[in-house]
Amino acid sequence: MTDPLLPSAAIHVAIDRQLLDACAALQLLIAFAMLAQRRIVSLVNLLAAQGAVLAAATLLLAWRTGQGHLYVSGVLTLALKVAFLPWLLHRLIDRLEVRFDAEPALNVSGNLLAGLLVVVFAFGLAQPITHLASTAMRNAIGIALGVVLLAFLMMITRRKAISQVIGFLSMENGLFFGAMSATYGMPMVVELGVALDVLVAMLVLGVFFFQIREQFDSLDLHHLESLGERR
Amino acid sequence: MKTAALAAQLLEIAVALAAAPLFLGWLNQCRAWLSNRRAPSLLLPFRQLRKLFHKDAVLARNASPLFRAAPYVVFGTMVVAAGIIPSLSARLPLVAAADAVALVGLFATARVFLSLAAMDVGTAFGTLGARREMMVGFLAEPALLMVIFVASLISATTALPAISEHLATRTLTIDPALAFTAVAFTLVLLAENARIPVDNPATHLELTMIHEAMLLEYSARHLALMEWASQLRLFNYACIGFALFIPWGIATREIGPAGLALAVPILALKLAAAGAGLALIETVSAKLRILRAPEFLATAFLFAVLGMLVRGLLGAPPSP
Amino acid sequence: MIELVLMLATPAAGATVLAFGRWRRHAPELNAVFSFATFLAASALTVRVIGQGPQLLIGEQFYIDPFNVFLVALTAFVGLTTALFSRPYMRIEIAHGRITAARLRLYHSMYQLFMLTMLAALTTNNMGLLWVSLEAATLSTVLLVTLYRTPRSLEAGWKYFILCGVGIAQALFGTILLYFAAERALGAEGVTALLWTHLDGVKSQLEPAVLALAFVFLLVGYGTKAGLVPLHSWLADAHAEGPTPISAVLSGLLLNVALYAIVRCKVLVEGSLHSALPSRMLMGFGIASVALASVLLWRQRDIKRLFAYSSIEHMGLATFAFGMGGAVATFAALLHMTVHSLTKSAIFFATGHAAQKAGSQRMEDIRGLVTLSPTVGWGLMLGTLAILGLPPFGVFASEFLILTTAMREQPWAIPILLAALGLAFAAIFGRVQSMVFGETNMRRLPHAPALLPVFAHLALVLLLGLYVPPYLAGWYEAAARLIGGH
Repeated sequence: MTDPLLPSAAIHVAIDRQLLDACAALQLLIAFAMLAQRRIVSLVNLLAAQGAVLAAATLLLAWRTGQGHLYVSGVLTLALKVAFLPWLLHRLIDRLEVRFDAEPALNVSGNLLAGLLVVVFAFGLAQPITHLASTAMRNAIGIALGVVLLAFLMMITRRKAISQVIGFLSMENGLFFGAMSATYGMPMVVELGVALDVLVAMLVLGVFFFQIREQFDSLDLHHLESLGERR
Repeated sequence: MKTAALAAQLLEIAVALAAAPLFLGWLNQCRAWLSNRRAPSLLLPFRQLRKLFHKDAVLARNASPLFRAAPYVVFGTMVVAAGIIPSLSARLPLVAAADAVALVGLFATARVFLSLAAMDVGTAFGTLGARREMMVGFLAEPALLMVIFVASLISATTALPAISEHLATRTLTIDPALAFTAVAFTLVLLAENARIPVDNPATHLELTMIHEAMLLEYSARHLALMEWASQLRLFNYACIGFALFIPWGIATREIGPAGLALAVPILALKLAAAGAGLALIETVSAKLRILRAPEFLATAFLFAVLGMLVRGLLGAPPSP
Repeated sequence: MIELVLMLATPAAGATVLAFGRWRRHAPELNAVFSFATFLAASALTVRVIGQGPQLLIGEQFYIDPFNVFLVALTAFVGLTTALFSRPYMRIEIAHGRITAARLRLYHSMYQLFMLTMLAALTTNNMGLLWVSLEAATLSTVLLVTLYRTPRSLEAGWKYFILCGVGIAQALFGTILLYFAAERALGAEGVTALLWTHLDGVKSQLEPAVLALAFVFLLVGYGTKAGLVPLHSWLADAHAEGPTPISAVLSGLLLNVALYAIVRCKVLVEGSLHSALPSRMLMGFGIASVALASVLLWRQRDIKRLFAYSSIEHMGLATFAFGMGGAVATFAALLHMTVHSLTKSAIFFATGHAAQKAGSQRMEDIRGLVTLSPTVGWGLMLGTLAILGLPPFGVFASEFLILTTAMREQPWAIPILLAALGLAFAAIFGRVQSMVFGETNMRRLPHAPALLPVFAHLALVLLLGLYVPPYLAGWYEAAARLIGGH
């Protein structure tokens, strides 16, 4: 860490915080972009970008606060969310040959406006935590919750199974970001557990998708909506 | 003092009048180079204007006085706007009247007159162009206002010169709110100035033209004034963008020859970069269907609102 | 401590061993053996707790106290009996051609994995690891719900995965908020800040605003897994489309563990807030579950869906009782969790065989069970009577206590509860009666059905209705004190 007596140290601190805030803003932008995007390959790339921003913020925070476990967490995020999971998803997309998602229920503009409302709501919800937090990134908690709710909105307006899964992963990203903003991450063992869960979930899903495709010849969730109360 | 200020103001307007066709020429050159074509001369717009001024004007039999007055009104509003926007200095006399919202109003006046005149003669193309122009403008204005709103949130004022001064004099910060707003502004610029991807300035196909359709009935000096006005419009938008987002170089202290002399080449540099950037955007984009134009502008609006949200959620970027 | 390690290591070993395909012919037996070993370890642990009181084990990472000790024993026991039931059940399924022996490899190893996650969730002291275990429990059962690979089962599995996944993500946020509050009160202690015992010690110092928000997320998240209305829509489908042993453990075990997680959080939040908010929320969700489930019962045509909605209703009742709080209501809720688990799994055992005999799960296709197979028929009948709250079965005792407490403290709820219970009684009893008695259309099963588990469970429920063993009653009372209320 830089010596606080050096005249340039204060500028370093300010730039760090600005970079962290920029990471938060980028996360929000990516979340909105996912809401509006209809090409599935672009969705996966956006997810990878989101993971990359998360990893960058984690590593920057680790460097700034000197907490060792954040380094591990950042590297883990890079390995899992930027490298492995998008690769897995791309492979799935190739083999399942999905390309586009159907037009969402509201049109794209309506979706985006709903997203705006959701973000404002999330910000209001996160106010008490922002006031109480003492971390460098407390302003980003509202944004993290906004990303979570935007991902949730994305999940409920999508028709293809794989888009819902991408929304789910995006929600996990937002949750991690929130954890980082509020508490500099969770205890290492919990983070490892969560990472393991996400990994296993994706593997289970991979198997699942093939089962669905085998049965229905498509990953459109419309086929999965036949179960009702009529039986 | 006052004469010096007046002279400086006139200089700014003169620079605008001269630079606008140059800017368009540079933009067309860049587009040609990026498309691997031979570029036209940089002075081509000047020569076209001169050619038009020498011709005889032809008017339709049923053209009303509005039709004859519109070119002058449009040109006049653009010149006034050029005088108001702080392209060279933030302290010029007219510039004090530069409230950003008033600027938007000026542009809106120009658009209204342009559209009315296009509908005046009653041709199909004119009405078509006017309707499309109004649709794009109707959607672009909220986005533009949102951009100005965010900028004024950051600088606590809607006066454009004050915003420029504030942003030029503060220390360099990474401001995501400004970044988003800049993207929004670029999108609005493309829409309002009839560039690709919203409108193709070189086409005269009925299916695709917006701005060109409104100019079809004009000839000679009227057409020259209209063309010059649209070039001025592009120049003005670019200068607004510089004032809001890249304000360094605008003379912010008292008006002096040294400050102005420095401001002109810096402005030229910025225009060159902006022209190249715009040409790049136009080359890599395809023109959108008219039906998609609202989506494009909704994206612009969204970016501006995102900028506002980020500003609201994150607060001001921490300064040392 | 050795018992705990053994108890967790055995299902882990079982999952690994059964994942290899060598044991195809004897996999069901192996499954039962592993479950039995787990049960032995759990019993040994229980005996130790009886003797020595609450245990804080392996460096404070595991905590066995009166609240979870009987749940641990119950989980291991039901796991064992379900494994015993699963033996002949799966053999018959293979004989009927609904499933291949190869797919059973996945089934058995996931079953053991599921048991591991349940036991880990119950015994861990770390709120974060509780979350991890519950999510792992969902993941291990998703592929089991889709075991038959029919379109309906795929849909049920998808719904299960997505709904529970989204729900559990909310619970993760709640856990993060909990950690945030804990850090402020305990200082940045890292791993120990999420330990329930530590949090319980400082719960009055935790920030109320944060904990209120955390509780909302935790209730929504874990409530999804407990089948609370309005997040229940995955439950009926998962129960109906998965194999019957899975329905039995989902209803009997997973719902209990999810409710356990909710109550653990409620203890912390109430200690911090000192307001009635958590109680009111629990009561609200509980009553809504009871009411809606009893109404939706009438529309069911599939026997497993019918009993799935009954599970929702009973979980709602237990939630409501936890919401009411106080010594008696909490005692009743804990008793209810126990007897419901035993009874519902017994019912599912019986209906599993009944459906196999009829070749269909639709209730109109099942007729006259008693005529051809008295054991299955009477098992179903007795189980139904038990779950509907007839004395002297245990469910009557717990429901009676809950209702009397409600009459005293929350009289507004009485009409709703009575109406719901009455509706459920009418719906279920009428249907089961026509299934059990009358003209039969049943066929013989290729292998003998397993009915020891059914009657063992029902016997236990009867026993608990008549006489609660002193140490069990002691645990219930101690847990009730721990959970608090007024």
